[in-house]
Amino acid sequence: MAALNIKKGATSHSAYELRDPNAQLSESHTLAVLVDNEAGVLARVIGLFSGRGYNIDSLTVAEVDHTGHRSRITVVTRGTPAVIEQIKAQLGRIVPVHEVHDLTVEGPSVERELALFKVAGAGEKRVEALRLADIFRANVVDSTLESFVFEITGTPAKIDAFADLMRPLGLADVARTGVAALSRGV
Amino acid sequence: MARMMSGAAMVVQALKDQGVEVVFGYPGGAVLPIYDEIFQQNEIIHVLVRHEQGAVHAAEGYARSTGKPGVVIVTSGPGATNAVTGLTDALLDSIPLVVLSGQVPTFMIGTDGFQEADTVGITRPCTKHNWLVKDTDKLAETIHRGFHVATSGRPGPVLIDIPKDVQFATGSYTGPKTVRVESYQPKVKGDIAAITRLVEMIETAERPVFYTGGGVINSGPGASQLLRELVDATGFPITSTLMGLGAYPASGKNWLGMLGMHGLYEANLAMHGCDLMINLGARFDDRITGRIADFSPRSIKAHVDIDASSINKVIQVDLPILGDIGHVLEDLLNVWKSRGRKTNKPGLAKWWGQIEGWKAKKCLAYTNSTSVIKPQYALERLEALTKGRDRYVCTEVGQHQMWAAQFLGFEAPNRWMTSGGLGTMGYGLPASIGVQMAHPQALVINVAGDASFLMNMQEMGTAVQFRLPVKQFILNNERLGMVRQWQQLLHGERYSQSWSEALPDFVKLAEAFGAKGIRCSDPAKLDAAIEEMLAYDGPVIFDCLVEKHENCFPMIPSGKAHNEMLMGDAATEGAIQAGGAVLV
Ligand SMILES: Cc1ncc(C[n+]2csc(CCOP(=O)(O)OP(=O)(O)O)c2C)c(N)n1
Repeated sequence: MAALNIKKGATSHSAYELRDPNAQLSESHTLAVLVDNEAGVLARVIGLFSGRGYNIDSLTVAEVDHTGHRSRITVVTRGTPAVIEQIKAQLGRIVPVHEVHDLTVEGPSVERELALFKVAGAGEKRVEALRLADIFRANVVDSTLESFVFEITGTPAKIDAFADLMRPLGLADVARTGVAALSRGV
Repeated sequence: MARMMSGAAMVVQALKDQGVEVVFGYPGGAVLPIYDEIFQQNEIIHVLVRHEQGAVHAAEGYARSTGKPGVVIVTSGPGATNAVTGLTDALLDSIPLVVLSGQVPTFMIGTDGFQEADTVGITRPCTKHNWLVKDTDKLAETIHRGFHVATSGRPGPVLIDIPKDVQFATGSYTGPKTVRVESYQPKVKGDIAAITRLVEMIETAERPVFYTGGGVINSGPGASQLLRELVDATGFPITSTLMGLGAYPASGKNWLGMLGMHGLYEANLAMHGCDLMINLGARFDDRITGRIADFSPRSIKAHVDIDASSINKVIQVDLPILGDIGHVLEDLLNVWKSRGRKTNKPGLAKWWGQIEGWKAKKCLAYTNSTSVIKPQYALERLEALTKGRDRYVCTEVGQHQMWAAQFLGFEAPNRWMTSGGLGTMGYGLPASIGVQMAHPQALVINVAGDASFLMNMQEMGTAVQFRLPVKQFILNNERLGMVRQWQQLLHGERYSQSWSEALPDFVKLAEAFGAKGIRCSDPAKLDAAIEEMLAYDGPVIFDCLVEKHENCFPMIPSGKAHNEMLMGDAATEGAIQAGGAVLV
């Protein structure tokens, strides 16, 4: 073999610099995915996101058509426009997936999330929590002498805002459903 | 008129109704009822492999060489896990397979029963789709669905997991005609407006190139026929990925050879310098693009693909066309002809002039030797002595695979079986068995490396048992050649674990299996030895002792652009640095 004159020693620089330096910024999209409610379908969808390194910010799923056995999966995800397109195409080729809608780009839509907040406290703080709950149209669904459980629905931002206000007032626990979303109009 | 039968009988009936002639498999406790049914019939031939990975690769070879789906039966637990590499291989190369696995009975699922594995869980990411069938009444329907999903759209492997009690129970059989997969109806016709735009581009392009891939082969022989017509009528140059070889004949006058990491100089430079790139059924794999930022920087890119997720995944294209290659080519040809068969003749003439200049570099030239067989020479002789025969070629993975792609010419589709996407060492021998099962009279050669061959060499037993005269042509460099080459070029010549010590005596190995062994180390005796291999009516292991340190060129190092190719004799000093080393 002809002697090849090659420098000794490999380098350890990152290859990621090879990616497009002008890569666009990531944006949040709400996707509605209509699927056959068959065994493993949620695992397929989630597996796609984890396997290909996509983000899931929120995920809800329930059967919405009991006769046709169709479920609606609502996923809030983040990525550059190219990645969002790729996510939609990848979802679209999962066999039990019927439709993929990007509610963020397909016209106006409504998004709602339900949350339960447990707030423990006494005295002035307890009164303040009740007053703020009223402003946020949160309902009291459980109360003891030391605590309330509030139920609130709204956009994720509204729920975040409520959480911020409850934190100094004795926020003990939170449960959130994740986003449900529908397009407006027909 | 529902017919009642056991689940196991349904499996065999469904396979017959799907026109299956051959299955590859390996029995075990969880599939005994199915094997009992196989025993009691004569229509379907069962090929007993020696390892389930071999069954899946054999089925891939069968599928790739016939265009029909390959069928595999494995038992639960280890049988199913052994199939995982083959499934992943078939997924990445879009090979239609239907794999039936046994499972512990439904009432034992979840108890860590003997030979229980979460087969649908394990194979979910490596199949196009999979099913666990818990009800015998649904079994036949599911198998038919499986065939539909595996073979339609972008083909791929499916797996159907069948618990043993479902095989024993009786249910009603559903025929293939009544089954529909509502949610899965891939679009085959391309958008005619987009096709017309592509025709407009074809009419004016100065420096066009066709870049074709495995999708053309998967679309069927008709697609290859239309491709030839289009290429020859337009006079455009054409290159192909590893997976697409044979769609356009290697002897065709517009053929540039394979492109990519070890592709031809002229093919890669044509890709780099073109003004119109027409991608037909290829997926801009990283072995093809090199550094993305510098990939064909001045071209308009059109991409025809049946899989929407392949479009704009890696490279943003200007003109996407979603559809089956065959259908799109048909429409494209019609529109182009109806508009007067126009091309930019002066532009093309200049472009070909430039390409001829690149061809003149003779990028595959190597220094031959009279004392030692150069691997390139061995393949040149193999090509010369088998050309024109009814020939199918498989490969393993490594340098020999790339040399085979460079030095063997493919005149027709479905004649070249290689593991492209996954790069699975151990693919070639079992694949050659599958090919030979489908084409008993044909010459089937597996171009192998010594290390790859050892990965599934147990399948020699299958070849001998089923009298399959497969020719295992090992380019024996006593090295993990491709690894050694990368270590030489990228890791300062530190040859960590890349030599094969204690290799078996391949001639004796052949004899131990009941096959024929031939060894050759002298270039002068090579032709006679190859002739001896070809003349022998039975499986052969040909131990071709070749130059141990030959490198495979041209080479675009990882993370480099198409115009930064290393040539055989070029100085490679500092050729690979920075980011490249971290890429695979
Ligand atoms: C299953 C598997 N393991 C590891 C690799 C990594 N690999 C790629 S090529 C190669 C060496 C192949 O050696 P050989 O079969 O002798 O072929 P050669 O390159 O010498 O022609 C290895 C280890 C692989 N592709 N597949």
